[in-house]
Amino acid sequence: MIYLHIFLALFIPGILGYGGGPSSIPLIEAEVVDRYHWMTVQEFSEVLAMGNALPGPIATKMAGYIGYSQGGVLGAIVAEFATVAPSLILMIALLSLLMKHKESPRVKNMTTVVRPVIAVLLGVMTYDFIFQAYHDFGIWQMLFIGVVSFILMEKVKVHPAYVIAGALVYGGFFLA
Amino acid sequence: MKQWHIFLAFFRVGILGYGGGPSSIPLVHKEVVERYKWMDSDEFGDILALGNALPGPINTKMAGYIGYRVGGYLGMICAVAATIVPTIILMVILLTSLNAFKDKPWVQGAVKGVVPVVAVMLGTLTWDFVKKSKKSNLGWKWTILLVIVSLIILQGFGLHPAILIFALLLGALLKGGSGKAAKKKEKESA
Repeated sequence: MIYLHIFLALFIPGILGYGGGPSSIPLIEAEVVDRYHWMTVQEFSEVLAMGNALPGPIATKMAGYIGYSQGGVLGAIVAEFATVAPSLILMIALLSLLMKHKESPRVKNMTTVVRPVIAVLLGVMTYDFIFQAYHDFGIWQMLFIGVVSFILMEKVKVHPAYVIAGALVYGGFFLA
Repeated sequence: MKQWHIFLAFFRVGILGYGGGPSSIPLVHKEVVERYKWMDSDEFGDILALGNALPGPINTKMAGYIGYRVGGYLGMICAVAATIVPTIILMVILLTSLNAFKDKPWVQGAVKGVVPVVAVMLGTLTWDFVKKSKKSNLGWKWTILLVIVSLIILQGFGLHPAILIFALLLGALLKGGSGKAAKKKEKESA
């Protein structure tokens, strides 16, 4: 029974959460805190804070921990399956269909038409991250880290892994 | 070997992506398009578009589909596992034993430090898509027009991106042969 509940609690946010992981957080909270009472709002925000301090997708980190705390390792697996599988199956089905017809001018048209929208979505995300950095530690630190990482990644062609590691260390010392 | 590469690619994305789903999109691009050359930027754009139009977390949808496309069902499992398992283990360990970890000022600082780097990566990828769009049948004029119109629709009117993407995809599919761009293409292929 608990596994079914874990499945349902994460299946619903997974299928309703448009716009990637962060958008499904309030939906997960509604299930876990309000419906099943597995944790209090306080506990939920602690888990969320820890999730934000770690790398990787947020929705699956939340699901994994919630599943584990309610049903052990099997609970974690059920929770991940509920989060990942439904939308992934849809994705593979739709894209496989598209790729089968990728030589068709109509499908090529789809690629062309959708590209500016993707640019806009990415641009808006860029703005969000800039705004967050500005809000967190002001314009000078933001510009400094931004310009240095741009030069390293785009001009010197350093792999982002090293730049991210560098930014973590810099932040740990100077933005703490 | 291929499965190992799939695992490695998405392991790196998972472990380097600070700030939730969107922050790892440029990293996926780096691994899949630039390092391993499993697909070109166009196909990546299609995957990103559809991923944005469907519900659920974006990383696992991208990882799962790319894994599947490159290495079948095993590839799909490798990619999803590499994306989520390492950080879930970290999460469970830290929450059950070291709960004070997240409140340490240096942890907070470190995570904040990455935000401008993510902005730079996303900005670069944005510019890539604008350039690609300019080079396509759309040209500068239509690219700028479409960018401005979708910016107004998405940010000004707050329409959900999924609706806009589905509308455009459906439009392109139905209009198909009668569109100007399609005509040009058909002529080329004829």
